[in-house]
Amino acid sequence: MATHADTAGVHTTPAQHEAAQSALAHHFDNMEQQKAATTLGMWLFLVQEVMFFGGLFLVYAIYRALYPQSWAAGSSHLNWVLGGFNTVVLICSSLTMALAVWAAQAGRPRKTQVLFLVLTAVLGLTFLGVKAFEYADKYQDGLIPFAGWFSPTDPETRELFTTHGATLQNVQMFYWIYFAMTGLHALHMIIGIAIIIPIIWAAWRERYSPEYYAPVELFGLYWHFVDIVWIFLFPLLYLLGAHLAAGH
Amino acid sequence: MSEHIVSRKVYFVIFAALLVGTVLTVVAANIDFKSEVINTTIALAIAVTKATLVVLYFMHVRYSARIIWVLVASGIFWLAIMMVLTASDYMSRKWASPLVPTVQSAPAETKH
Repeated sequence: MATHADTAGVHTTPAQHEAAQSALAHHFDNMEQQKAATTLGMWLFLVQEVMFFGGLFLVYAIYRALYPQSWAAGSSHLNWVLGGFNTVVLICSSLTMALAVWAAQAGRPRKTQVLFLVLTAVLGLTFLGVKAFEYADKYQDGLIPFAGWFSPTDPETRELFTTHGATLQNVQMFYWIYFAMTGLHALHMIIGIAIIIPIIWAAWRERYSPEYYAPVELFGLYWHFVDIVWIFLFPLLYLLGAHLAAGH
Repeated sequence: MSEHIVSRKVYFVIFAALLVGTVLTVVAANIDFKSEVINTTIALAIAVTKATLVVLYFMHVRYSARIIWVLVASGIFWLAIMMVLTASDYMSRKWASPLVPTVQSAPAETKH
């Protein structure tokens, strides 16, 4: 099971070794087989997630093809600076997550593992904080797309949504899809935070070492997947109307 | 164990590439290419590149077993089936209109 990593930095404590021994489930022959099976399982889940989000991207594409003007108008009212900031925050959190996996894999002390995991969680919470601010802003502007609720309070916004071929009804559809897609993404972030907390706790209790770090690795896969979804959401939702904004 | 520890340097290079990609996306979106198709193609090309980097390096697929490659490819393939077949339906509805009675729906907005 020894890895040919830079063994100089590796120091596995007795607690970590014991945790690795007890982590092997009885129905697996060895750690290697267990890791291959759990990684495969996680990827199966992620492929299912691709289908899950894919349906929403499909809805987005169809309605955008039907109502291009309303889509551009709705998009140009979104705050792309906040969306861009959140993109950078998520990319940073993906880096810290990758480094957390590295720390466990390379047998760095628990402090290093915990540091990168906590940074990942903090960046995730930062993302959610910005998202909450954006949602509150949309609520203030009367852009919650439920029937009867969608009524832009700002006259300029109302004009943007009703001229150049855009109609209020179709812009409402844009906001419906905006909330559905970013809401589902935010839900994944919230679930991610809920999962990372016990992982941080376990890392602190010296559960992860080069012998056994599957939870960190598999959670990392999930976290990176959620980052990828945002990589597509950011240009499709926030930047669509950017070059038109000046024209309105 | 076919364990491969990706070095920190690789992670930082990918991280930098992702940041550059984000900046490029924003810059490209603010240029008016006079065609929505060009803007969207550029945005999606950058997004696909970024996603590929994340999958290959952050998610370790480059160093993973063959079966993981098969799974990832099948995911993309099935997503493509869903997108392409549905798009072909929507795009071809107008062609069938003399034969099939058209369903009354909200009038589509004209392209610009």
